[in-house]
Amino acid sequence: MSFTNSAARLWVLVDCNNFYASCERLFRPDLARAPIVVLSNNDGCIVSRSIEAKALGIGMVPEFFIRPLLRQHKVAVFSSNYALYGDISSRVMRSLESIAPVVEAYSIDEAFLPIAQDLDDAGAIALGKALKRRVTQWTGIPVSVGIGTTRTLAKLAAEQAKKETGVYLARADTSATAALLKKTEVGDIWGIGRKMALKLRCHGIHTAQDLREAENGLILSLVTVAGLHTALELRGIPCLGRELPVPRRTLVSSRSFGQAVSDKGALLQAASLHAVKAAERLREECLEGTAVSVHIRTSRHAERVYSAESVVALPFPSAATDIVMAAARQGIEGIFREGHRYAKVGITIFGLKEADQPSLLDLLPVPGAGAKSLDLTGAVPHTQKNRRQESKDLMAALDSINRRYGQDTLRYGACGQKTEIWHMRQQHRSPRYTTNWNELPRAR
Amino acid sequence: MPVRPVLLSPVSAGFPSPAEEYTDQNLNLHEHLVRNEAATFFVRASGDSMIDAGIHDGDLLIVDRSLEARHGHVVIASVQGEFTVKFLMRKQGRVLLVPANNAYRPLDVSQQEDASVWGVVTYVIHKFGSQAMGACRL
Repeated sequence: MSFTNSAARLWVLVDCNNFYASCERLFRPDLARAPIVVLSNNDGCIVSRSIEAKALGIGMVPEFFIRPLLRQHKVAVFSSNYALYGDISSRVMRSLESIAPVVEAYSIDEAFLPIAQDLDDAGAIALGKALKRRVTQWTGIPVSVGIGTTRTLAKLAAEQAKKETGVYLARADTSATAALLKKTEVGDIWGIGRKMALKLRCHGIHTAQDLREAENGLILSLVTVAGLHTALELRGIPCLGRELPVPRRTLVSSRSFGQAVSDKGALLQAASLHAVKAAERLREECLEGTAVSVHIRTSRHAERVYSAESVVALPFPSAATDIVMAAARQGIEGIFREGHRYAKVGITIFGLKEADQPSLLDLLPVPGAGAKSLDLTGAVPHTQKNRRQESKDLMAALDSINRRYGQDTLRYGACGQKTEIWHMRQQHRSPRYTTNWNELPRAR
Repeated sequence: MPVRPVLLSPVSAGFPSPAEEYTDQNLNLHEHLVRNEAATFFVRASGDSMIDAGIHDGDLLIVDRSLEARHGHVVIASVQGEFTVKFLMRKQGRVLLVPANNAYRPLDVSQQEDASVWGVVTYVIHKFGSQAMGACRL
């Protein structure tokens, strides 16, 4: 369900601070002020850092690059605990829903809230503070709140809020906003990717303010309609409809049913549709996901309240519709219960990564066949030179994958088959405090 | 001979009872115990510091973060990096975490910066094991 832009006077973006790290800290009071890092799937790169870890200069790098530094500073290292993050995320969203009538979950840790009333500055800031207080009180997760005339301005405001007071208002027509836009590099604008930013900079457009003031015709020629929409949004003209830019690390597709649904088939269908849409978006952006979570719930006011979530790891990183859909459907099968009137279903795709890295998994022989069946399909003719280059590329890809996902992730068929080609490593996963009876937090 | 109708059940004069509006339904314990799903968490009790209040080792505590912690509430607090379950008492400007077991002493946290209330315990769920009969007075 996409909110009609014309009815929203202001947009609010609620953005959780260092979300994964904050989730880990919630049940570890001993880490209240400690440096914390959370690793991506397979314990590869650092994907979330607490403020203290950032202060140590730790970047979003592969963990093994800086293992000595992590040990030296006694940094708490965690593997991604998707079950926990998914559950906490839905609590954050529901906390927001207790105040705001419409909450559009955008990624696992961000939500847009359209505001229909005409609020003055004091009213807007008060709302922002109320939202912030509510989320932190109910869920323990610290958030930053950005408020703006459009979604794009709200997103910029949220970035500013993170650095400052926690709530920041950026109306399109104020000098404060103009000053903020002057400080913002064009590549840091939501919706402007690296390639777009490069083109803009070549034409003298370096800051968000430059983009805002540039001529429409020029913008269109450089960064197409999508870039033009962003420029319009910076000017205070809302024009992002259904197709919002894809978030960097998680993709959420969720909607409320007009009328409550009780039939499992209907839920499966809705989840499948979300999966199709989400997979398409991933492919458009050359991204792949590594796990899918589904979430279903009744209305809070239903006679029988029920909400459940399930995380399904994909067999390998993928943006293939059939794989994402199969995972989503499997998730629904696991959590559907008869007799409830469901109001909402959503899926979240976790662990997004760039898809342009060569995936040797596409080239591996079918399990059971030998190395000879390795088929380098493609239009490249098998000349000696090309084979050598292919071989080099193959080795480079093999090495980079083994380096990233761990030794022996990929082996030659001649060395013997492993039953699981891609096995997610999670050496430092915290307990599933909120989704597993055997892993509850304890209190003495 | 006139036929007089026989009433098989009593009829009360006036409006139907409001209680009849609620149809019978399966009693949902979760709904009864969890008033605010987003803010409610489950915590396992450890040890016997609150045994006199009916909280045993291994009991399940239902904790609501959205409730304002008041004097006399059982709370989950974080103290010196650990979760503890105690009575919250405010007395003469001091804040105390008080156990329900003579073997333990109350903790004055008024001056402790890193002590805070994590949530309010609304229910404790205790399962009777084979040892339960030990409390029997027969």
